[in-house]
Amino acid sequence: MVEVSNITKCYGDKKAVDNVSFTVNSGEILGFLGPNGAGKSTTMNIITGYLSSSSGTVTIDGCEILDDPKGAKSKIGYLPEIPPLYMDMTVQKYLEFMYDLKKVKLDKEEHIEEVCRLVKISSVSHRLIKNLSKGYKQRVGLAQALLGNPPVLILDEPTVGLDPKQIIEIRNLVKSLGKKHTVILSSHILSEVQAICDRVVIISNGRVVADELTENLSKTLIKSNRLRVQVEGSKTKVISKLENIRDVKSVKTEREISTGIYEYIVDAQENCDVRSKVFFAMAEEKTPILLMQSADLSLEEVFLKLTNDTNYSNQKGGND
Amino acid sequence: MTAIIKRELYSYFCSPVAYVVLAIFLFFSGLFFSIICLSNDTSNLTYVFTNMFLVAVLLTPIMCMKLFSDEKRLRTDQALLTSPTSILGIVMGKFLSACVLYLVCLAIYVIFGFVLSFFVDPNWPVIFCNFFGLFILGAALISIDMFLSSLTESQMIAAVTGFAVGLLIYLLDNVSSAIPIDFLAKAVKSISFLSHYQNYTVGLFSIADLIFFLSVIALFVFLTIRVIEKKRWS
Repeated sequence: MVEVSNITKCYGDKKAVDNVSFTVNSGEILGFLGPNGAGKSTTMNIITGYLSSSSGTVTIDGCEILDDPKGAKSKIGYLPEIPPLYMDMTVQKYLEFMYDLKKVKLDKEEHIEEVCRLVKISSVSHRLIKNLSKGYKQRVGLAQALLGNPPVLILDEPTVGLDPKQIIEIRNLVKSLGKKHTVILSSHILSEVQAICDRVVIISNGRVVADELTENLSKTLIKSNRLRVQVEGSKTKVISKLENIRDVKSVKTEREISTGIYEYIVDAQENCDVRSKVFFAMAEEKTPILLMQSADLSLEEVFLKLTNDTNYSNQKGGND
Repeated sequence: MTAIIKRELYSYFCSPVAYVVLAIFLFFSGLFFSIICLSNDTSNLTYVFTNMFLVAVLLTPIMCMKLFSDEKRLRTDQALLTSPTSILGIVMGKFLSACVLYLVCLAIYVIFGFVLSFFVDPNWPVIFCNFFGLFILGAALISIDMFLSSLTESQMIAAVTGFAVGLLIYLLDNVSSAIPIDFLAKAVKSISFLSHYQNYTVGLFSIADLIFFLSVIALFVFLTIRVIEKKRWS
């Protein structure tokens, strides 16, 4: 649906976006993740045609953004980082204006009403936008993006500055929108992307450092199968027993929790689930397992690793 | 384009801008009309229209100062430029909306014509010519002020530079007579708005002057489009 290939944007000598490519399939919610200043907004502005890339192409549903800007732009609903609201208009007037501006062909009154209902702003539709709270302003911004039911929605940090309740509401809304639209959502909050998105593109210093399905992100990037186990009993016995399990590569004592209780890190072969084997081995030995959990990196850690690890990103960027 | 015109007119008339502009314009029009025409028992509107040049120079920057500067400051240009409307459509929409407000100001002259008709049979073609001259002059000034507004994020700077450029244009005739080099003086005089406007004030519908003003409008609409496009590429 959206194809971004090799876009680069230079500001003078600085490359804000450096050879970024990714594809978003129809009906997918793509999380666009990166620390502040990584080039997320610039990329989104290029996709929507607000900025032009120094090189590379963006294709929206077959329309190239530079060759057929009208065709491409009419397929996009865009919520920029700062919602483009005219403070001197009422919500209703503003949406009517955006409806006209976008040359929407649906029934005007009905469609605006439907969008207002969807983002829950019907109650404020006759108030001036400048008098609305931040959360409502954000929703009005989202409403204008939804006008005309565009197949592609591009949302730049839609939950920034909202309170926790509003964040959850907006997230649920975006999730439900993902059923009918293709969504690209940028954020610097990992848990948000994890909660909403099917796939994640991580960008750092203008480069794509990861492009993975959300659930595979930590698995594929950190290719290990690591368990953290706390066992009560003699250290040597436990280690030798654990090491004898098939598929276990190594066992390491992490620390002593309290007398006689140790924490171990068990590394298994790739794609092997050794949890039940560990359980039975320990049961045989009568050394009770007090805790067993996956020691894979959390998404948070993966993110930090990817965006800090310049070696990794260079290597990965080079491969791209 | 119609969406933009509608929005701009909404923003003019839902804020004090339109009313302040109208009040000032109507006040000076009325002042000149009563001093020059009613007090002197004349139906000749030439001097009224000559004086209105300066009022147009002072008011058009106020009308145009926020056209693009405010969009930039509030980031609403993102909505405009990512919508399936061409930049030409956006610029023309803004330009025409300012022209419409200006035309509303000018409507007072129709009333003046009717006032005169109580005393004499007014020469309607001449009045129309005066009217058209003041309109096309204002439209040219609007295009310049709109261009200035597209260069900055600050309404204040847009307005002040608009005044300065407007006054300079107003004074170009005097400037040209002070230039000792002949061809340069001629060149400056040929772009003086006042000399192109004068034909209309005396009731001459001059095609050459019309083309001059239309060229100015086309040039500055084009330059405004370039400024907005440049932002995308910089």
